Amino acid sequence: MGKTFAEKIMAAKSGRRAVSASDIVTVKPDFVMSHDNSAAISKTFRGIGVDRVVCPEKVVIILDHCVPAASDKYANNHKVVREFVAEMGIENFFDINAGICHQVLPEQGFACPGELILGSDSHTTTYGAFGAFAAGIGRSEAAAIWATGELWLRVPETHRIEIGGRLPAGVTAKDVILSIIGQLGADGVLYKAVEFTGSAIDEMSLAGRMVLANMTVEMGGKIGYMTPNEETLTFVRSRSSRDFDVVTSDPDAEYERVIRYAAADFVPTLSCPHTVDNTAPVTDKAGTPFHQAVLGTCTNGRLEDLGLAARILKGRRISRRVRLLVFPASQEVYRDAMRQGILADLAEAGAVIMNSGCGPCLGAHEGVLADGEVCLSTANRNFKGRMGNPNSEVYLASPATVAASVLTGLITDPREFFQGGGR
Amino acid sequence: MSTIKGKVWKYGDDINTDVIFPGKYTYTVSDPAELARHAMEDLDPDFAGKVQKGDVVVAGTNFGCGSSREQAASCLVAAGVGAVIAKSFSRIFFRNAINWGLPALQCPAAVDALQAGQAVTVDLERGCIEAGGQSWKFPELPAEVQGILTSGGLIPYLRAKYQKNA
Ligand code: SF4
Repeated sequence: MGKTFAEKIMAAKSGRRAVSASDIVTVKPDFVMSHDNSAAISKTFRGIGVDRVVCPEKVVIILDHCVPAASDKYANNHKVVREFVAEMGIENFFDINAGICHQVLPEQGFACPGELILGSDSHTTTYGAFGAFAAGIGRSEAAAIWATGELWLRVPETHRIEIGGRLPAGVTAKDVILSIIGQLGADGVLYKAVEFTGSAIDEMSLAGRMVLANMTVEMGGKIGYMTPNEETLTFVRSRSSRDFDVVTSDPDAEYERVIRYAAADFVPTLSCPHTVDNTAPVTDKAGTPFHQAVLGTCTNGRLEDLGLAARILKGRRISRRVRLLVFPASQEVYRDAMRQGILADLAEAGAVIMNSGCGPCLGAHEGVLADGEVCLSTANRNFKGRMGNPNSEVYLASPATVAASVLTGLITDPREFFQGGGR
Repeated sequence: MSTIKGKVWKYGDDINTDVIFPGKYTYTVSDPAELARHAMEDLDPDFAGKVQKGDVVVAGTNFGCGSSREQAASCLVAAGVGAVIAKSFSRIFFRNAINWGLPALQCPAAVDALQAGQAVTVDLERGCIEAGGQSWKFPELPAEVQGILTSGGLIPYLRAKYQKNA
């Protein structure tokens, strides 16, 4: 019997010859990522009773959740992190001018195929798009890795999601993953490794692949993996000088379940308040009014997403009834979007261009909602109160749906903007 | 540690971390006694006042889904809960439970049989749950996990390890 990607990585990183699903192993991750929560992690770390971080070169810290600091509390938190990285000699530290952790980490070359990356943030799954085994962990666990360089993990069973064919114009990776989560449910792949395969995945852009991997955790998945395609490998080689091996499942590996979709069947999709798996086709909710729109986050704040929105909004004006906030996922995305005129097109249409970072995604600052307000967002979570106010509602959508909708202030099917072939 | 005796608190499927420990307290409450006071607040207002040391929480599938907050596990520990038995656990809750020294045991047959308020015994070493003259086996916990559980969690486990080596 062949081995799955997850079994191979867990064996390699635990120094065993072979492991099988449900085994518990002690692994040595290649990198451990944390963000603003590094302040709390550093306190736990000091409680363990070791003086030094054993593997400072493996620690990556990126400030992004509330940047620049929104209050003295956040400012003091950032200060604790800056002092800690200086004391411990952690060089892979990115301050408030870098961007969202899940965009910055790969940009800076820390996500290579076949590597093991653990992060104290649930959307660490994003790096599965690079062929890495990447999973979220808790804060105590991050502290434990800082102290010991290792952590226990359970080897997950694998579910394969196969998507064949071509996505229709105006339908994006976001619509694909939202509708899959809607069908499988918030616990659809609980504790499982998910492998995305099929011709639609082979042809998908790296940005789109990152959306799938990012949101795999919203259906309970431990990792969301894809075999890197040519675009991915070119990106990785341009960012990292480390040697790496592309690790794939054996052809006769055992999958607990195989689920097949036809790309042509996907339509623009929304997650409706207040759970991610409460999905509906955009056409079912067309005409629903909203107050604020957010284009950004670790799910959909990349150059491709901003460019897609700009294509729809260029030369037009957004409705006076809505506000559109744009958060490029990283400073690099910001600069590229600026050079390409994308930010100018969005600003001229009436968007507010914000700094790179998480923005209002977790409700801390930069666009918190008022009572009774509705937000249309490209983020990955819409739980009650997620954007800072339990008396507000959040719909999740693709960048194309957001762009098409801000023109009228009513939820709108974006496909009418893609007549004559989109992407 | 290896034997837990108490009574059953029984709940349904998809118990999320928000009802186990409300999000509004996550950045302001850290004292164990106060953590315990808010345990299960939005699910069962009677729980925090009546739970006794060694009691066992029994629930259906996907226990602990939602946010990754560690307090969902630590508030149950602070409240005295000896173990959680469920049909399945959300991944991050399962990890947080073990890392806080709280046995998280998957045993669907026991969940179906156990009744609220019933006396129950969990024997971690023998890997079985006993109540009302019946007994159920649960998959043996791996040695690494046992070690973390008996030390009272991941951080105490590491602390002990470093003290020994020092
Ligand atoms: S953008 Fe939102 S989901 Fe992504 S890391 Fe930041 S807070 Fe988390």
